[in-house]
Amino acid sequence: MAAHADTLTQEFTLGYTYTRSTGPVVGRFLQALRDRQCVGIKGSDGKVYVPPVEFDPHTAAQLDEFVDVADCGEVVNWTWVSQPRTAHPSDKPFAWAMVKLDGADVPMLHWVDAASADAMSTGMRVKARWAKQTKGFITDINGFVAEDATVDTDYEVVEGADAIKWVESPSYLKYLFTAGKAPARFLKALADGKLTGQRDPITGEVYIPPRGSSPKHGVPTTEEVVLSDKATVQSFTIVHIPIPGNPIKPPYVIANLVLDGAHISFLHLLSECNNEDVRIGMRVEALWRDKSEWGYTMDNILYFRPIDEPDMPVDQIGKLNKEG
Amino acid sequence: MRNVVVVAYEQSEIVRNAGACNEVELIMPIYRKVMEKCGLHSVQDVDFTCSGSCDYQQGAAFSFVMAIDALGAVPPIKESHVEMDAAWAFYEAWLKIQMGQADSAFLYGFGKCSPGELPIVLSQQLDPYYMAPLWVDSIAFAAMQARALLEKGDISEADMAEVVSRSRANAKHNPHAQLKGDFSIEQLLAEPMYESPLRRHDCCPVSDGASAMVIATEEKAKEWGRPYARLTGIDHRIETSVFGARDLTQSVSTKIAGEKAGVGNGKVDVAELYAPFSHQEIILKRALGLDDDTVVNPSGGVLAGNIMMASGLSRIGEVANRIIAGEAQRGVAHATSGPALQQNLVAVLEGAN
Repeated sequence: MAAHADTLTQEFTLGYTYTRSTGPVVGRFLQALRDRQCVGIKGSDGKVYVPPVEFDPHTAAQLDEFVDVADCGEVVNWTWVSQPRTAHPSDKPFAWAMVKLDGADVPMLHWVDAASADAMSTGMRVKARWAKQTKGFITDINGFVAEDATVDTDYEVVEGADAIKWVESPSYLKYLFTAGKAPARFLKALADGKLTGQRDPITGEVYIPPRGSSPKHGVPTTEEVVLSDKATVQSFTIVHIPIPGNPIKPPYVIANLVLDGAHISFLHLLSECNNEDVRIGMRVEALWRDKSEWGYTMDNILYFRPIDEPDMPVDQIGKLNKEG
Repeated sequence: MRNVVVVAYEQSEIVRNAGACNEVELIMPIYRKVMEKCGLHSVQDVDFTCSGSCDYQQGAAFSFVMAIDALGAVPPIKESHVEMDAAWAFYEAWLKIQMGQADSAFLYGFGKCSPGELPIVLSQQLDPYYMAPLWVDSIAFAAMQARALLEKGDISEADMAEVVSRSRANAKHNPHAQLKGDFSIEQLLAEPMYESPLRRHDCCPVSDGASAMVIATEEKAKEWGRPYARLTGIDHRIETSVFGARDLTQSVSTKIAGEKAGVGNGKVDVAELYAPFSHQEIILKRALGLDDDTVVNPSGGVLAGNIMMASGLSRIGEVANRIIAGEAQRGVAHATSGPALQQNLVAVLEGAN
């Protein structure tokens, strides 16, 4: 995480590779692509849709009459992308285009590899440039090119492949996440080994970690309150399931902990005791990592561990010391 | 039908990057302002709360839930959310009031787009088999729509520049606007193409911000003793997701929604149209049958700043505020969603007298 004046930012990627079922219509189209062929479907009015749609956009009738179409056709609309983005299929300027394949009535959206915007025009003839290796995905067409362009046809042949029922669809988005003003104040203090809550101006209650408001009254919290690193177990669970990517070996204890002087709990690990001995009301303290390892994270605390103090009565947890 | 009125509307500054402001910190100031305008203390004083936002914009899962920390929802409130523009939250609240389930509602929309790459984020809302894997940016659809209009001879590039010039000039009077100033048509046409035939200024900017509103039955607003603008019609329609099957040169959904909402039943003094791309203002004006007697986008519209998921609610609010201020007697607000004006909502508002 990087700190600039009041702002804390962190780059991260939000993503997942979805496995999507194709159904018979989309599956048939993707299967044809894998064989470097194009197929459309006849709509209620006899118009041929490429790519095929499952239901007619006008009548909503279920469609099933597939029609073979050519892998070349006409550009009916286009835009020239002068500044391609990282996610785009081309790293040099290119065109998005609506291409009406020969034999189709409804154009399909894809991209055209052309030297410049001047090489593009409505009505121009283009052909699919097939990927060297196809897999049954929309990107099996590696863009369209001018019909008279030479393309490398040294294809790898897909033999005896199964019908396509599923596709792997990766969707990964990059963000530069920014911590809010109140969380940033909390995280900066945390990087100095201090646990800092914020006080509700109406009830006097202290929230940690703070989000900048009193969730009870919808008013800003402005007063910072430095809290001790001693806490009480409000609730807990013993995790027996291994979590992929988590270095901690189960079974381990995750607890809702209320710091002394705070009125809301947060989650952290509890260790250095028998899991069976953990109980609501148990008194614990933070075990901090070595100072050299501290950052803007609750991970500065390795875990909480029991201390030799009498349990707190359940009805008092998180309710004491409103005046701080 | 129960008479529903807009009592108060507030909007944050529209900025390119709200920096260290989370959803709570974006919403809380305008929430407090809009409540104050109604003489209310908090959401506990209204019957229903509904918001519009999209977690993918800022890449924060469940940010719409965390946003509720801004409101003081203790004890629990009756609350709902649409993963859409808050104009559709307005519609949901209107339905709730029509059903007799509420007499008043608090609405808000927020968008923090600066952490992500919005045109690419929006590509993932497209058809997951045919379009999303190509990462077709949101600008591409609008660009092809503009080309369809230009090549058909429906508009000229100068017409598009005129929309931008007027938007930036109008925005000079909007303290919240992101882009404002004097730009001549010639000056704008001299700019290079971005995604042709769109120049960068033909596209709305990427913005952060929030907007908030309180609506109520007319009786409730009278009880509160506050001025208001009356909603006389509302409708929304959606077109096919098969992009190739649409006639991009017109907005059929806006036309039908406008007719159902009763746009043509009287003179329209003011219209706030959600046109994220310059040529779309012309399409929308035509679809709604608006002539030159109507002042279009006096706020500057979204070309002067576009808070995704709040801008539609803002269009309703901008019209309502002008009616409440007595600057207009009857106005039209429009909201849109999806590629190249796929889905459209139209609301008609009138003065209380």
